[in-house]
Amino acid sequence: MAERIAPFPKAEAELRAAFWEQVSSFPDGHKVTNCIQCGTCTGTCPVSYAMDITPRQTIALFRAGLLEEILRSRTIWLCASCYSCTVRCPSGIKITDTMYALKRVAMEKQIHAPHFPVHTLSKAFVKNVYKYGRNYELGLGIRYFLKSNIVKLFTLSGFGLTMMRRGRLGLLPKKIRRVNEVRAIINRANQFEEI
Amino acid sequence: MLEYAYYPGCSLECTAASYDKSIREVFKALGVGLKEIEDWNCCGATMYMSVKKIVGYAISARNLALAQKMGMDICAPCSSCYTILRKANRHIEWEPKEREKINEALAAANLSYDTTIAIKHPLDILVNEVGLDAIKAKVVRPLDGIKVAPYYGCQIVRPHGQFDDVDDPVTMDKLLSTLGAEPVYYPSKVRCCGGMLMTTQEDIALKLNNCLLQAAADNGADMIATACPLCEMNLEAYQGKINQRFGTKFNIPIVYFSHLVGVALGISPKAMGIDSLIIPPTKLTAKAEGVRI
Repeated sequence: MAERIAPFPKAEAELRAAFWEQVSSFPDGHKVTNCIQCGTCTGTCPVSYAMDITPRQTIALFRAGLLEEILRSRTIWLCASCYSCTVRCPSGIKITDTMYALKRVAMEKQIHAPHFPVHTLSKAFVKNVYKYGRNYELGLGIRYFLKSNIVKLFTLSGFGLTMMRRGRLGLLPKKIRRVNEVRAIINRANQFEEI
Repeated sequence: MLEYAYYPGCSLECTAASYDKSIREVFKALGVGLKEIEDWNCCGATMYMSVKKIVGYAISARNLALAQKMGMDICAPCSSCYTILRKANRHIEWEPKEREKINEALAAANLSYDTTIAIKHPLDILVNEVGLDAIKAKVVRPLDGIKVAPYYGCQIVRPHGQFDDVDDPVTMDKLLSTLGAEPVYYPSKVRCCGGMLMTTQEDIALKLNNCLLQAAADNGADMIATACPLCEMNLEAYQGKINQRFGTKFNIPIVYFSHLVGVALGISPKAMGIDSLIIPPTKLTAKAEGVRI
């Protein structure tokens, strides 16, 4: 999708190109242009109170040519993907999917909020799937807290013990038999991501 | 006979093993076949989509392709898996260009997929396929006297509201009434539990779950019934922490809706792994032992 107005600095223009490519690749992605700034998304969002930029402001800032600022916000990584905004938006904008699109642009361009390592959890998750074909919950948790907050790792040991005593914590990862199939699919699909 | 390709998902192998056990037991008791998809892989969850879209959908599609080979629709109890698989399915259907790419990726594993599979949640299957009358006929221990807050969470009703309303779903309410239990008024039935935020932003998630517990307590619920492993864990395993943080004294058992169905059908709580819950649902287990409430 081409921008109608184009006087953006080069860096911003590049980010916007990546964003448009992302939103044009899911059903109704283009409807993001229909925003009427009513704020229903922000009102319905259970975590907007903790966001530095609200969902409504996200679209306003984008229109103002400040995509980089959005990518540097905590907002996109606070979205818990509950789809409340998506089902209530009177303009039919797929807001949750747009948040995912923003996350992917942020990952691709490596632009993140300072001191806010939430995205590293997704990265660790992706590595787990490549390795085992499944999610390894304990490994994922440990890997994340080692990178983000080592102190928290120790405070969580009580929680771990409670779950373990009830047989609800898998100590070892479960690898699927044909993990090679999953890896082959990932490798092949990865080629399509680098456009 | 109804038969489904069963996709348990990673959580049901471990943190939510009792959900897995109860679904298998309940389906068996109702004569619905569940055939586990052999060597299934992770659906990609919400996190893969945050990094790479086509790859995320491609790994989801491996499961869809395996189910297609079996010639059966999928039953996915984890609401996150349910939404992700459905999203992947819808996406592949919607965009021919993407379908090509994803099939090319699948070809690397000698698989292909042509979007002929439906993905269903067990709640949908029980109420809309098996039917409430058939379930009622098999109830041997009516759950009368048990007040349950029906908590749907986000992912089974949104974004598409496949089998129920996105704002005020009633499927679980109807099921609970059929079992003899009393579904209480629960205005937070589709409010978010925070999902993975409990790992990344604990303060926010604790607050969200505090609201959910408070609404259940305010409406006199004996327990909360969930349909999602993440909701269950957030509400149950962090209840102590919520009490510490907010000065509350919640001690509300959190069960899966399938636990309630199972007990009503006469299945032993142990066979459904109810003993692995942190807060024992004593009213429910008493019911199973034939105690009158």
